[in-house]
Amino acid sequence: MKKRKFGLALSMVLAAGTILGACGSDDNESSDGSSGGGDDAASNDFTVSMVTDTGGVDDKSFNQSAWEGLQAFGEEYDLEEGTNGYNYFQSNNDADYVTNFNTAARSEFDLVFGIGFLLTEAIGQVAAQQTDTNFAIVDDVAEGDNVASITFKEHEGSFLVGVVAGLTTESNKIGFIGGVESDLINKFAAGFQAGVEAVNPDAQIDIQFSGDFNNASRGQQMAAAMYGSGTDVIYHAAGGTGNGVFTEAKNLKQQDPDRQVWVIGVDRDQAEEGALTANGEEYNVTLTSMVKRVDIAVQDISKRAMDGDFPGGEVIEYGIEEGGISIAETQDNLTQEILDEVENYKQQILDGEIEVPSTR
Amino acid sequence: MFSRTQTILIPVISVVLGLLIGAVVMLVSGYNPIEGYSALLRGSLGDSFYIGETIRQITPYIFAGLAVAFAFRTGLFNIGVEGQLLVGWIASVWVGLAFDLPKIIHLPMAVLAGAIAGALWAFIPGLLKAKLRVHEVIVTIMMNYIALHLVNYLVRYVISDQQNTTSRVPESASLKSPFFEALTEFSTMHYGIFLALAGAIIYYVILEKTSTGFELRSVGFNQNASQYAGMNVNRNIILSMVISGAFAGLGGAMEGLGTFGYAFIHGAFSGVGFDGIAVALLGGNVAIGVVLAAALFGILKQGALIMPLQSGVPTELVEIVIAIIIFFVASSYIIAYLLQRFKKGAQ
Repeated sequence: MKKRKFGLALSMVLAAGTILGACGSDDNESSDGSSGGGDDAASNDFTVSMVTDTGGVDDKSFNQSAWEGLQAFGEEYDLEEGTNGYNYFQSNNDADYVTNFNTAARSEFDLVFGIGFLLTEAIGQVAAQQTDTNFAIVDDVAEGDNVASITFKEHEGSFLVGVVAGLTTESNKIGFIGGVESDLINKFAAGFQAGVEAVNPDAQIDIQFSGDFNNASRGQQMAAAMYGSGTDVIYHAAGGTGNGVFTEAKNLKQQDPDRQVWVIGVDRDQAEEGALTANGEEYNVTLTSMVKRVDIAVQDISKRAMDGDFPGGEVIEYGIEEGGISIAETQDNLTQEILDEVENYKQQILDGEIEVPSTR
Repeated sequence: MFSRTQTILIPVISVVLGLLIGAVVMLVSGYNPIEGYSALLRGSLGDSFYIGETIRQITPYIFAGLAVAFAFRTGLFNIGVEGQLLVGWIASVWVGLAFDLPKIIHLPMAVLAGAIAGALWAFIPGLLKAKLRVHEVIVTIMMNYIALHLVNYLVRYVISDQQNTTSRVPESASLKSPFFEALTEFSTMHYGIFLALAGAIIYYVILEKTSTGFELRSVGFNQNASQYAGMNVNRNIILSMVISGAFAGLGGAMEGLGTFGYAFIHGAFSGVGFDGIAVALLGGNVAIGVVLAAALFGILKQGALIMPLQSGVPTELVEIVIAIIIFFVASSYIIAYLLQRFKKGAQ
């Protein structure tokens, strides 16, 4: 019995070896064949795709925003969704990034976006191998002549919501919940802190990191602790973890509609996350959101690539001035006074009178 | 319990049923199942690049599956494979970065560091279980979170200078294979698959061919009887967890030295360790079964990535198929019962 098992195992290994061997001889031909037709894409058959991080295109945050940008771009230039127009590749795991970039390049997309700093290493690696394809990384800087790096001045937008928080707080206690501590998330924290201090030097800011972008229950716990200690405004920059902050704020509002609890959203206009009904009345705990227009950046770079003006090897920064950063359009919870003040500071940033710090 | 043919038939039937129900789900949601599955096959075995990627995906699954299966054979449920894998990953990368040695010493040392780190991480729940009867499921789950955050801390503040990733390990500690890369058109396939297959053989030898393995299995069958027979149950519990953790740590080393070549801040668990539970379950906790189950998972997960592009079927469908397979394996008594009825009917 044992011997037969071993024999089976041996033959499996051999069989696997044969299959592999067979593939090895094939691949030179196929790679020669595919590299022929890639280059000469005219602008009307321009193709573009994006690789998500593990959040996926329905993350209510920047993956979704990027995909909306691509969809808008496709609509504007009459591209169809699929291999001949625009498409996205979902990554379920960190190990999928390289595979997805390779698949995108091999499917002959002219431009491939990588969404999020988690994909930086993978995009650098694949860009060096697939030199006929253009790549663009969002939120980080990657090297290579065929890679454009897209970053945002999140500190500027965070400064503005910091102004809102500083003017809104009654307890003078303000919270910040970040995802994984990193240079990127520290930009949010630094700008926010500076914004609060500019209008309300007495306010205390409690800056904490959940260590996770995808853990709503942790976000809820942290928010519960902060609100419990008297904090009345929390700014989250924690992706899916931030959804827990909304849950906690809504729970508190539900129990006591008169209580002042606010959440400041991030990346997209998160007003819909904060809506609730208590005692038959409608409330919204979303004070405002720091909107990062990944969609605008994605459209902008796609347009430039289509026109043959792809900024390979460059770092492009989108800030308030470029229309890439703003506060949310939903402003129901903001008084005119606050809006005026925000406008005032926005102008000062635009004029260069205020230099918002990007590190703590 | 089950007859020999049944132990082989049940996983096979489960897989077939899983795929069939997956096809029904595709039909109901308006996709073409034949297109879907052929896209899945093209995306996992369709050309050399995808074969390379699939093999790369299989590698850590084999180790994770072996880790879960090993503990399971001693009657322990090691849910902490994910955490052990993460610490193995960081340890191997750390050793890879910290030393400057010839490859013949450096690479084995880095791989071994991964195994040792995983083993140490699993030693703690093993010890707690043996000495204080704390249930290993609870401790290992907790240890996963400790591992995740500890590893993120180490990456950011100890190994790198406040970066999101460490530097790449030097060539002397890398499992990356320029040969396979050239053969598979830049896939990330690396030499780790040979280590994984060797790991499966070692697993088989330890459990089936040594007296230690006999003791471990015996403790798994019946602790009281084993103790009565003069075996040291506590020692075997710890040993089983340590070896299980070493397998998990090796899986991490494959990711750290092979697939990625660096460690990075994880926003969430990698999931490989948890998939290992399903791999072990489907593989019936035997070496060859684990290898085959890992291969199936690798093919499904890899093929899933290209399904939306080529057939419009969302990647989540593969999760459904896997869940159904696991459901049938877990409820194997139903299949065994049906098989028996079927046999009787034939007679």
